[in-house]
Amino acid sequence: MEIAQENKVLQFVENLSVGSDLPTYRAMAKDALAGMDFPTTRVEDWKYTRVTRITKQNYKSVEATADASAYRIPALNANVMVFVNGFYDAAQSSIEAQEGVTISAVADMDLEDYLDKLDSIDENVFSLINKAYYTGGAFVRVEKKVVAAKPLHIIHITTGEGVIANTRHFIDVDQSAEMEVVCTHHSVNAAESFSNVVLEGSVGVNAGLKVHKLQLEELDMFHISTENFIQEKDARFDINTITLGGLLVRNGLNILVDGENCDTMLNGVYLTKEKQLVDNHTFVDHLQAHCVSDEMYKGVVDDKSKAVFNGKVIVREDSQKIEAFQANGNVLLSRDAEVNAKPELEIYADDVKCSHGCTIGQLDEDGIFYLRARGLGKKSAEQLMTQAFIGEVIERVKNETVQDYIYTQFEERFGWVR
Amino acid sequence: MLTIKNLHAKVEDKDILKGLNLEVKAGEVHAIMGPNGAGKSTLASVLAGKDGYEVTEGSVDFDGTDLLELETEDRAREGLFLAFQYPVEIPGVSNINFLRTSINEIREYKGEEPISAKDFMVRVKEKSALVQLDAKLASRSVNEGFSGGEKKRNEIFQMAMLEPKLAILDETDSGLDIDALRIVADGVNKLKNEGNAIVVITHYQRLLDYIVPDKVHVLADGQIIKTGPKELALELEDKGYDWLTEKA
Ligand SMILES: Nc1ncnc2c1ncn2[C@@H]1O[C@H](COP(=O)(O)OP(=O)(O)O)[C@@H](O)[C@H]1O
Ligand SMILES: [Mg+2]
Repeated sequence: MEIAQENKVLQFVENLSVGSDLPTYRAMAKDALAGMDFPTTRVEDWKYTRVTRITKQNYKSVEATADASAYRIPALNANVMVFVNGFYDAAQSSIEAQEGVTISAVADMDLEDYLDKLDSIDENVFSLINKAYYTGGAFVRVEKKVVAAKPLHIIHITTGEGVIANTRHFIDVDQSAEMEVVCTHHSVNAAESFSNVVLEGSVGVNAGLKVHKLQLEELDMFHISTENFIQEKDARFDINTITLGGLLVRNGLNILVDGENCDTMLNGVYLTKEKQLVDNHTFVDHLQAHCVSDEMYKGVVDDKSKAVFNGKVIVREDSQKIEAFQANGNVLLSRDAEVNAKPELEIYADDVKCSHGCTIGQLDEDGIFYLRARGLGKKSAEQLMTQAFIGEVIERVKNETVQDYIYTQFEERFGWVR
Repeated sequence: MLTIKNLHAKVEDKDILKGLNLEVKAGEVHAIMGPNGAGKSTLASVLAGKDGYEVTEGSVDFDGTDLLELETEDRAREGLFLAFQYPVEIPGVSNINFLRTSINEIREYKGEEPISAKDFMVRVKEKSALVQLDAKLASRSVNEGFSGGEKKRNEIFQMAMLEPKLAILDETDSGLDIDALRIVADGVNKLKNEGNAIVVITHYQRLLDYIVPDKVHVLADGQIIKTGPKELALELEDKGYDWLTEKA
């Protein structure tokens, strides 16, 4: 018999509190936690990622201040929302009103109506904790045929030790509308803190959404994010996941392609060092015919760090004429580095074009020798080749300002010169 | 400029160079010819410091420094250039970008200031014209999607950019048609001066009509077995190498 007090999930959320008049969806999430447990490495989906490092601690949820000015990307000319430890910081945010575009702090709205759209995507224990206990988030809605004039830049800052930041965003892009969202994640003196983020939304009929997520936290905190999206007919969805920071990071993408003629593009880059573990799990579920999904993830894994890539694609029965491409490339820069890569294709339709490939290797020695023979130092040669390897993914990010910003981060963190 | 004495080297436990001697002075052009598998490319690789090539005996003096003690990049920075028999394709690394880094690291090694962006571009323009390398190719990924001839011209373009003291051209002429051969040879001749030296490794005497050598050496079975004037090349092309190797 299960005894409530021994439930690790309930223990985990012990110090967290939420108001008493919770909307139904949150109350339900909270109730559901009682029957949940944290995944162990015996669970296939978490085989290489041991979350006990995260879950053995008790975190506090605290409002704090942190200067966000250094994290703004001026060239982006974006609307900006700042969240510190999961709480909205209105003073540091700046949103220009546009007819047909709603951008507001999520607490102001009742998400209930919108969340129905995502009913068919399974929640995991972390996204459920988030649902019950989130303290803030962005609510974005772009009305029919409206093209958002500016991208939205959501800046997340975690500060203080042992803090949990539960942030939950919702993006709804209506028929033939267009939106672009840049999410950046930062931390300041946040050792042993935990950023637990959910980004979800719906890309409506013939609509377009681009999401660029840049994980730039220090190497001493934990980060689990869940990105749940649903695409309707003729919808275009791009999501780029760039992970440079964090001690233990899990990016979980679930994309339900529930309309014909959709275009889904997933790009990912992870550069890990020291004792980092970065786990990218993606899941594209093709429910309808005539869609294209194209996924490219590349990583460079150094020191004693580990990377996990798991790309799952399901092509359901009758989802004919699907083209699903997936590529995952890894370069190991040290003997102690480790990569676990696994494509998972499940195809139940017969007229489809699918491909996948995982590579794990070292930098091309002949190339390095060639460059060194022209006077380039070993380090520069390796750096140029690494950058070239990753560059193929960065070039697929359809926003030059974001590309530049990513390269700037490479420069700051790894000393890469362009 | 280059003095090789009794050089022995092996690859994967196989002896390839077996007591090779060679002396090249500033201002000279030397040609090395020899049968396939004789060790010509091995010599070039050993001089450039490629991993996996183990020198077991002998010495190489390069303008007063012990070449074999230096890392590959420092050999290049001291002024050694190797034009590869098979230039490597490096997807995603721009020719121009890497050359700029290269030039600046060489300058830094010599305690000089970095090249200005303007001077660099002027040099790119001038040197790519020298080998008639399309400016677009010059800025593309290193050798990626280049034709055979373009790769070879790119090698000479890089040589021109780096202005080495000693250039070793490993079969840079192989596979080139006469027009491309002339372009490459013209480029090399324009780079030739009193202060530098060139070693051309080739199978074909035809190249030596354009790049006229001071000396021709025959490399067979890991040694220089004969040295002669430029006319030796014609004789070799006529008679092959057997008459020499049999005698030896
Ligand atoms: N990396 C290598 N590994 C094993 N054997 C090699 C390697 N490089 C060269 N060799 C061997 O060394 C010998 C000389 O080769 P090479 O120097 O390329 O000859 P050449 O350039 O004169 O045609 C050949 O027998 C070749 O098979
Ligand atoms: Mg050869």
